[in-house]
Amino acid sequence: MSIEIKNVSYTYTPKTPFAQQALKNVSLTIAKGEFVAVIGQTGSGKSTLAEHIAGLLKPSKGQVCIDGVDVNEKSPKAKSARQKVGMVFQYPEEQLFAETVYEDIAFGPRNQGKTVEEVDGAVRRAMEVVALDFATFANRSPFQLSGGQMRRVAMAGIFAMESDYLILDEPSAGLDPKSRDTVFEQLMEIFRSRQIGIILITHSMEEAALYAQRILVMSHGELCLDGKTTDIFLKARADLTQAMVDVPESVKLTSELKEHGLAIEGVPLTKDELVTAIKKAKGWN
Amino acid sequence: MLTDITLGQYYPGNSFVHRLDPRTKIIATFVFMVTIFMAESALSYGLLLAFVLLVGLVSKISMGLLIKTIKPLWIIIILTLGIHIFSGQGEPLWSWYVFHITREGIVLGIKMSLRLILLLLISSILTLTTSPIVLTDGIEDLMKPFKRVGVPAHELAMMMTIALRFIPTLLEETDRIMKAQIARGADFTSGNIINRAKNMLPILIPLFISSFRRADELALAMEARCYRGGEGRTRMHQLSYGAADYEAGFIMLAVLVIIGFMKWGSKLCSLIS
Repeated sequence: MSIEIKNVSYTYTPKTPFAQQALKNVSLTIAKGEFVAVIGQTGSGKSTLAEHIAGLLKPSKGQVCIDGVDVNEKSPKAKSARQKVGMVFQYPEEQLFAETVYEDIAFGPRNQGKTVEEVDGAVRRAMEVVALDFATFANRSPFQLSGGQMRRVAMAGIFAMESDYLILDEPSAGLDPKSRDTVFEQLMEIFRSRQIGIILITHSMEEAALYAQRILVMSHGELCLDGKTTDIFLKARADLTQAMVDVPESVKLTSELKEHGLAIEGVPLTKDELVTAIKKAKGWN
Repeated sequence: MLTDITLGQYYPGNSFVHRLDPRTKIIATFVFMVTIFMAESALSYGLLLAFVLLVGLVSKISMGLLIKTIKPLWIIIILTLGIHIFSGQGEPLWSWYVFHITREGIVLGIKMSLRLILLLLISSILTLTTSPIVLTDGIEDLMKPFKRVGVPAHELAMMMTIALRFIPTLLEETDRIMKAQIARGADFTSGNIINRAKNMLPILIPLFISSFRRADELALAMEARCYRGGEGRTRMHQLSYGAADYEAGFIMLAVLVIIGFMKWGSKLCSLIS
């Protein structure tokens, strides 16, 4: 049960003066039940990679397999393989179209060919996950909601498909801190309860450090680093600088504190871990 | 997907044709179009075709790309050819039922389709070698004299610029929304016409909403930068004619005179003598 990307290359508008190679010979495997963060500069090929996994772009070279099935074949098997991947695009609220919140969330599950009862169940579950009260919101127009609520409706529309793998392209961009935390709490809830594979594309190192077990670093269309979160942020700082990405603030702070003689144990990647580590080093418990 | 279409079709380069003033290119294109309709003999058609291909060669546009611009209209070209072949006057070479093919018909058909091809080629060369923004600058400048009679030259040009500017943006957006809905299992390729039209709604509604939002934002941004129409506005890139423009103008005029002479030359000679 995994996503396998084998030697994938992709060029936008080939054979014109605008041709641009967005992916260069990328190979990787992501297992179901893994939470992976993809980081890298703007234009490094993160989104292109995501669209390949979702079967929305056909690689110029190479192969994308989901649970052993090539997603770019023209068979019913490949179609159902593609449906195993759900994708939350950047600014997903821009894809809302239906008259009511309920109809919009039901669009995906209906296309999957679920029965009326199954669709209803999926919509209710998805709305619960994104903390939208069914009675209050189901019959409202999605266009009358606030930005944060619209984002949650749009995400519910993808969660309702209950896919085995979920790709999220900067789900927190443009959200206030509170909505951001809610979104991630809900995401972690799905991750834990259903053991799906999650691929998070993000510019925030804090988000990557907080939620992901594994980090992929993209640079100029190439996969330049791939490893456990702690390994990447602690051991590969030089490579990260080369790829033009930062380390989380807490990692920076830790190394400064260490330079100034504070003996911090372990590797605090997140804010909370750092606070505990400082307290311990100072003996403040 | 959609973004693979190179719309607006500007093919960047730095050839003689690319560097010409847009006004020269627009006027020359019009003169050439007039010349096409003056051509009569096979020789003059041959000359015009050679001229277009030469311009294409000088502009360093790949011939493949140039030929591809004819593709969208090939049905019309074939139709023109067919209609003329079967409706020509004169001695039939071949008859069947009410259909007669005559020598005159074949000749006329070939001429008419050649005219279409020439028109297509020359206008493609214009759009391929001139960026849309420069092109509208040229159009605005050429329309200036008509301002006196109430033609809103600047406003028209600004509208064209904005429209052209947003074609790639809209295409990109359509592409993105399409992908998002495909990821939700939408199907745009099967079913009957009514169903297909209905299936387009998940793309069209978000597209409309974002277009209105974009228009609103653009209007605000323009106003924030004190845009008040063309009144008293100066330009960053002033258009000016150079030596190349006179050369191009001279060549174009020469083509016009040669083709004109081939048509009326014999009459002119007999008038003089």
